[in-house]
Amino acid sequence: MTSKGNGPGSNGGGGGGGSERTGAETFELKIGLAEMLKGGVIMDVTDAEQAKIAESAGACAVMALERVPADIRRDGGVARMSAVDMIEQIQRSVSIPVMAKVRIGHIAEARVLEAMGVDFIDESEVLTPADDENHIAKHDFRSPFVCGARNLGEALRRIGEGAAMIRTKGEAGSGNIVEAVRHLRSVCGEIRGLQALQSEELMSRARDMGAPYDLVRFVHENGRLPVPNFAAGGIATPPDAALCRQLGAEAIFVGSGIFKSEDPESRARAIVRANTHWDDPAEVMAACRGLASAMEGIEMSTLDESERLANRGW
Amino acid sequence: MPQVGQGAKPRAGVLGIQGAFQKHLEALERAGAEARLVLHKEDLDGLDALVLPGGESTTMAKGLDRLGLYEPIQAWAHAGGRILGTCAGAILLARSCQNHPVRTLGLIDLRAARNAYGSQVDSFTAVADAVAAPGFEAMRCIFIRAPQLETPGPAVEVLLRVDGLPVLARERNVLVSTFHPELGDDLRVHRALLFD
Repeated sequence: MTSKGNGPGSNGGGGGGGSERTGAETFELKIGLAEMLKGGVIMDVTDAEQAKIAESAGACAVMALERVPADIRRDGGVARMSAVDMIEQIQRSVSIPVMAKVRIGHIAEARVLEAMGVDFIDESEVLTPADDENHIAKHDFRSPFVCGARNLGEALRRIGEGAAMIRTKGEAGSGNIVEAVRHLRSVCGEIRGLQALQSEELMSRARDMGAPYDLVRFVHENGRLPVPNFAAGGIATPPDAALCRQLGAEAIFVGSGIFKSEDPESRARAIVRANTHWDDPAEVMAACRGLASAMEGIEMSTLDESERLANRGW
Repeated sequence: MPQVGQGAKPRAGVLGIQGAFQKHLEALERAGAEARLVLHKEDLDGLDALVLPGGESTTMAKGLDRLGLYEPIQAWAHAGGRILGTCAGAILLARSCQNHPVRTLGLIDLRAARNAYGSQVDSFTAVADAVAAPGFEAMRCIFIRAPQLETPGPAVEVLLRVDGLPVLARERNVLVSTFHPELGDDLRVHRALLFD
């Protein structure tokens, strides 16, 4: 066909047609990036050094935040969006996608992250909520959003608002997988339940779940969420990662589990390996070999309801 | 060109380290192949075609290295295996890559520039330029943090362009796209891999 490609050094910004794209196209692109993160591990990092460790261990993205959830829990106080300079340093130091968290309902923090070109925004219960009634209207943004959910109704409400990825809430910073398992079983079990319904039963189910009817119908017909479904909250070991994948999660987030452990670098590599080979016990075993201690965990019964991050948002 | 026997479905593999491998498995099945994941070098045995999916090229490169898959995939492709790389997969097939380089397989004579259009907010869809190789006309392309293909060598045939830049190219049995045919309903790229 025509001759040579463009010359070197012609990396212009801004893809074609960006400003004129329709809402449906934007949502397709947002889900597209979520698709590319499937099968991967997204790691919480608090500085550029940690981001590089995560990338070289094989993370498919990093989540930039000021303090990992375990420290937020310990220190208390109001947890907010991370410092812009810190996020920029991380963006400069790695080539994988960079995500960052905003407080639930904090539209202005989300606009800041969008302006920075952050690849995915996590409207997260790990930070102190800014609005205890409303979540962000996420379809209004060019940036994709991920949100936490404990059950199918909550997941579909967030997707209705425009989330392009759902993750379990689990219990962040606990080092305890039990809540992530509960949320995965609940989302995946309710999906199976919806599939078994007859079409006349969908509207009353939608009413009971407090979820948009069209999304309830989508799940009934397709047997899956309309966006990727990831796990987060309490993942601390390679078998924790494999367990989440077995229960139906398409990728995992690891927060405190890596940089609160004794040897973050080898633990990060081990969790990546177990996640890729989640259905091959020999590989998961090999990933566990020679690991230093995991982070300390918290038994759920010792956590007061008011201390549980998963209860933030609805 | 190797011919697929009458009635026998071509056998295709998708590298399953990370990324959109499930979407490619589904697209290959719809295009008429029997598809399975590839994670170990034995999984290449008996395959007619292999897809390196989109995802994160650094993650996949680490995995290829750990699993010792670079040389087996190169040998398999040199023996005539048909191979398609989309987005991150295209980067891995390139002669070299720019902007946070990763180790590549060097199976197609061009250079990939990673994230050349910018971050996720610069992702876009576009209908390819009117000048297209026969069979690929008017293709709608989805670009997500896409790379660009630079300095293609003389043996590389550019099949599609968007805004004048190559987005689909072929050198003998190796096909690369910077967009994501697995995310749409258009199976022409997967059919080209399996049957052309």
